Amino acid sequence: MIYNEEFETLPREVLESLQLKRLQQVSQRVYHTVGFYRKAFDKAGVNPDDIKSLSDIRKLPFTTKQDLRDNYPFGLFAVPMSSIVRLHASSGTTGRAIVVGYTKRDIDTWSELMARCFVAAGLTKNDIIHNAYGYGLFTGGLGAHYGAEKLGASVIPMSGGNTKRQIMILQDFGPTAICCTPSYALNLAEQGVAMGVEMQSLKLRVGIFGAEPWTEKMRDEIENKLNLTALNIYGLSEVMGPGVAMECMEGRCGMHIFEDHFIVEVIHPETGELLPYGEEGELVFTTITKEAFPLIRFRTRDISRLIAEPCRCGRSHIRMDRVTGRSDDMLIIRGVNVFPSQIEAVLIGVTGLEPHYQLIVDRAGTMDTLEVQVEVSEQIFANADEVRSLQNLEKHLIKDLKDYLGVAAKVKLIEPKTLQRFEGKASRIIDKRKI
Amino acid sequence: MKVEQISIFLENKPGALENVTRLLKEANINIRTLSLADTSDFGILRLIVNDVNKTIKVLSDNGLRVSKTTVVAVEVPDRPGGLHSILEVLAKNNINVEYLYAFVEKSGENAVIIFRFDSPDSAVDVLLKNGFTVMPGEKLYSF
Repeated sequence: MIYNEEFETLPREVLESLQLKRLQQVSQRVYHTVGFYRKAFDKAGVNPDDIKSLSDIRKLPFTTKQDLRDNYPFGLFAVPMSSIVRLHASSGTTGRAIVVGYTKRDIDTWSELMARCFVAAGLTKNDIIHNAYGYGLFTGGLGAHYGAEKLGASVIPMSGGNTKRQIMILQDFGPTAICCTPSYALNLAEQGVAMGVEMQSLKLRVGIFGAEPWTEKMRDEIENKLNLTALNIYGLSEVMGPGVAMECMEGRCGMHIFEDHFIVEVIHPETGELLPYGEEGELVFTTITKEAFPLIRFRTRDISRLIAEPCRCGRSHIRMDRVTGRSDDMLIIRGVNVFPSQIEAVLIGVTGLEPHYQLIVDRAGTMDTLEVQVEVSEQIFANADEVRSLQNLEKHLIKDLKDYLGVAAKVKLIEPKTLQRFEGKASRIIDKRKI
Repeated sequence: MKVEQISIFLENKPGALENVTRLLKEANINIRTLSLADTSDFGILRLIVNDVNKTIKVLSDNGLRVSKTTVVAVEVPDRPGGLHSILEVLAKNNINVEYLYAFVEKSGENAVIIFRFDSPDSAVDVLLKNGFTVMPGEKLYSF
């Protein structure tokens, strides 16, 4: 099923000429309203008038996450605050979040794209959608919520956490669809069984899972345990939120990127060179309809590939494969973005601790675990001959990490110099998850 | 009248303790007494040795996290009530014991209790005033 048949099935030539027109408009707009882009365009020696064909997008400079952070909080907004109706934020590495704004029309567009996702998943206004994405600054909860309302479905604004209550509502309200992270879906399945609930007999028909990397094996497991069809959704708050791309029920192979609103490119993460369809590289998005927070050639750091072959569902929009990794050191722990530099900032904040640490990421059952191993420094140990004071240090770190990262971590003190010393870029992560 | 104790941070893993004893053996250092405090993840090994400075150098040079702590050694007759007589005095004087461990002297007549106090100086004063034998470090190191 297709929500917006006209735009989702545009013939490629028509779609591309629409993209060009919108790219020209957004280039003009950011050049004249956002100081950062004017400077970046000038530096790259490109003027919006130089965009004469779609391939001219390559003349435009990339925008990085660091550029977004540098312009915290509102430096990249292209409209005055009076036109902004909503703010969201994603986690940043040094305590500085990336703030995104939406005009009324941006919210309408986002709602429509999420509605397209739900319809691609076979849902209609007769469905009840259990939305377990977090509500708040995170874009997941409200993004899915508005899309469900736009479709006219009944939405349960569950948000994350409180698993027992979630299971009770899954039984009592009988939702036919669920939105959450894939690892939380597995967690729900396990907790439900532990509570004696027959999780395969719920009314759930479809699950829309995203916000963290997952595998076909996890898809099989979720489908078996919850007796539903599991579909993959992609989005990131910088570009819009959830609903940038969505897998269709018919194809179940790659997510259609809503190309009437976004232009996607895949580049080599080190050289920045444009890669042909089918080759794996870093996804780069340009938003061509967003008003409040337009992005030009935003480097997502997500690694994937594009699938150009037509899909049996009839959509003409190109598909992207599952995200298989990151071209930076960002970790996704239970759906939360975590950068090692954030952990380093917490460690440096404790008097006497040195930032010699290592992160061990694993999966216990269905939930991601994060262990921060930190060396006991001379200064710490000189004043801490007692077990109690070292344990207090551990507790203090656990609390700071939780407050700062928004995700629980275990802290383990280790002997000094047991960790490898790095020259240049440190690799402090051991990811044992089988993704 | 105080004794220097060496504390070593150890991870709770096979070979951690063996590494320390091997280094001490190779440096010909004798352990007078020791205790080991442990948690699920790490432990603190506390040693009284015959050569404090050499021990610190050998262990630090080999990458171990080492610190020096001041403790108090009290000699009591090795018979029922020996330890209690000390603790009774400490309790009366409101002195808190962080931790303690003990060994029996070679002669077998006396026991030596090693105490860790928040403020060793005032504890030593109280113990001396009450007639206890507080051992100087040198005597303990060279037993």
